Amino acid sequence: MPVSAKSLAALPLGGSAVVRRVGSGRSIARRLMELGLVPGTRVTMLRVAPLGDPIELRVRNYALSIRRSEALTIEIDE
Amino acid sequence: MLPSGTATRPASPALPTTTRGTPLVLVAGNPNAGKSTLFNALTGAHAKVGNYPGVTVSCTVAPLVVAGMGRVDLVDLPGTYSLSARARDEQVAVDALIGRGAAPPDAAVVVADATALGRTLYLALEIIDTGVPVVVALSMMDEARSQGIDIDLDVLREQLGAEVIPVVAPRRQGVDVLARAVIRAVTRETVARPGSIAPGSDLHRDVSSLADLVADEQPELSPAGQRAWAEWLLLSIEEGTSQDLDGVSERLVAAVCATRARAELAGRDLDHEIIGGRYARVDAIVEAAVRVRPPEGPSWTERLDSILTHRIWGGVVFAIVMLTLFQALFTWSEPAISLIETQVSRVQGIVTQVMPAGPLRDLLADGVIAGVGNVVMFVPQIALLFLFIGLMEDLGYLARVAFVIDRLMGRIGLHGKSFVPMLSGFSCAIPAVMATRTIENRTDRLLTMMVLPLMSCSARLPIYVLIIATVFSPSARIFGFVSAGAAALFAMYALSVTAALAAAAVMRRTVFRGPRPTLVLELPPYRLPVASVLLRSTWRQVRAFLVDAGTIILALTIVLWALLNYPRDPATTAQFTAQRARVEASTAGPAREAAVNEIDGRARGALLRNSIAGHVGHVIEPALEPLGFDWRIGVGILGAFAAREVFVSTMGIVFDINQADETNQTLRTTLRGATRADGSQLMTPLTGISLMVFFVLACQCMSTLAIVRRESGSWKWPALMFGYQTAMAYVAALVVYQGGRLLGWV
Repeated sequence: MPVSAKSLAALPLGGSAVVRRVGSGRSIARRLMELGLVPGTRVTMLRVAPLGDPIELRVRNYALSIRRSEALTIEIDE
Repeated sequence: MLPSGTATRPASPALPTTTRGTPLVLVAGNPNAGKSTLFNALTGAHAKVGNYPGVTVSCTVAPLVVAGMGRVDLVDLPGTYSLSARARDEQVAVDALIGRGAAPPDAAVVVADATALGRTLYLALEIIDTGVPVVVALSMMDEARSQGIDIDLDVLREQLGAEVIPVVAPRRQGVDVLARAVIRAVTRETVARPGSIAPGSDLHRDVSSLADLVADEQPELSPAGQRAWAEWLLLSIEEGTSQDLDGVSERLVAAVCATRARAELAGRDLDHEIIGGRYARVDAIVEAAVRVRPPEGPSWTERLDSILTHRIWGGVVFAIVMLTLFQALFTWSEPAISLIETQVSRVQGIVTQVMPAGPLRDLLADGVIAGVGNVVMFVPQIALLFLFIGLMEDLGYLARVAFVIDRLMGRIGLHGKSFVPMLSGFSCAIPAVMATRTIENRTDRLLTMMVLPLMSCSARLPIYVLIIATVFSPSARIFGFVSAGAAALFAMYALSVTAALAAAAVMRRTVFRGPRPTLVLELPPYRLPVASVLLRSTWRQVRAFLVDAGTIILALTIVLWALLNYPRDPATTAQFTAQRARVEASTAGPAREAAVNEIDGRARGALLRNSIAGHVGHVIEPALEPLGFDWRIGVGILGAFAAREVFVSTMGIVFDINQADETNQTLRTTLRGATRADGSQLMTPLTGISLMVFFVLACQCMSTLAIVRRESGSWKWPALMFGYQTAMAYVAALVVYQGGRLLGWV
């Protein structure tokens, strides 16, 4: 695995990256991919909820919110 | 390439097109794509709610008529991002589209949000690939334009192989053009199109061999439908889990598992190949058909979100909105509920006057009319809650509610979207259970439904008030300054919230064990709601409640009434009638009224004590004694099953007091003076607390069970709910009473 691979959860606010792999369990990974988080897609970290979780992403020109626990399993390339 | 030429749709043996008459068109689309608004704009006010055969997912059906062209029936499918499914109720869309179990639709309308084509075309392609003729309705065209999104419709049509009609549904722009396109689509022959999977690829071979198996089992499906079904099976079947999917044979499951295992050995991820492959096509289409000019400055949604999801202001707005909702449910519904109560007793009065005395009159007045009242009573709260939720949803704020509060709800295994239903539970569980519909995931929804009746609803309040006023003196203080009654009341609410959260945490680890719960939530742009859509969807919820749950509640009310009033002893009845006649003949004025009321109280008391419920009270007394209750409280608990607050009036009847409410001084005094068989006081503070704890936890409400039956689609869930809550209530009341006695606190 290349050294550059890191998790989506580590993306700073306003930062942008490309999805490399969705590594969550099968049913969650399938759902995330069906919502457009397929490898090769650009995502931007938009916002963090007032209590610190979940996070809000911009992907395919819409806003998607997921929990940090899922974001941790998504590998990105910057 | 797909096999071509043969791709016309065969008539299903179950429901051939010819006997169906009117062509059927399904309307699909992502949540928040403006599907309901468009559906309403297309069909007007004639929508009715229907059920899909075999499943409890209800959907709206309405005719679309174009003068001079013809008529079709439109079916509004539940909003979805994709067709894949984990369970039977999510399978409705795919079954309907490819025509499993019923005739395939004659066409489909896919509502696609023009501002997010990079996502919405995924579902459009998935549906186009099933082989059904598709008309894509591009919604939110005005927003797309203002965002600088420029769509080349001709390129989009050519690339999708489907008609594309731009619409702005709230202003009816493009709606008539769309209606004509839909009518034209049903008369078109299906043309075979290349699917989304590249021919010659490993995936294409996998899907083809699985489609051959499907063709053996379901030759009535079109070749495109068979391929779509094969692809669906590969995505939806999970190895090693028990799934409740409809009509999937062992043989197909085995074939899917073998295919997936082979692919995994070869280092391939089939889910990624199927979904990623389709998204690659979406990206290519968007690349060819869409041009975006960079926006000037932040959008309205970004500006609003910087306040509404702000670390501090977001919380403040959240609290204000939720308090308003709370206030609305409690106080705004009150006048309407009182009006219904007075009207019901008026009608009961008329019936009692007009009809001759007898069992038929009693059945009509105290059984049927009271039952109808019991049902209609819920309408104000249901209507208010759904207006409020609909408004928040159409504005786009409901998703932000979930976003803001998810962290707290997630800790106990619930979901950000569970918050509004749980909060509504403080008012009444019936609308709250219905409000769980906003939770898409079935497991999350069932879990929320199962624990929210523990939230202390407003019907419990009269019970607390009566018991506290009976067992605590108003001057009693804890630690010298806290009123004992207030402390007890606060403790009951605290217990209710704690119990609900604990039950959720436990059930998430037992009954609803499964994949890690998660949140995947679209935060749609803020939009202005359309009043007519909002009102119509609220009315649809109210009507569905009246028809489905209402009938069960009415039937249960009548049964319960009979249990509390029969068998009747004619001799006793005659005796009280004679007494009443004597009093009426010998006294006059207020004295007469009081005397008659006193006799009525004793008559009803005697009736109740001799009824089936009265006998059941005696039978269950040994089980209730360890909780500090006697048979009379047992009868009260049975009566409370109609609705918790009925406990108060039932206790009144048991103690010969006619028409008592929780503020009735005679009832309080009588209860304080009541003794057990051994002469000791019945309603000690300890009995009172034990009884209140019982009512906090017990599922003492048949209407809740009826609505859970309707919303979950089976009696299994209400049975489980009744079982676990009653067990919890019994054990907790037992611990309180016996523990209190051990501590010498009688």
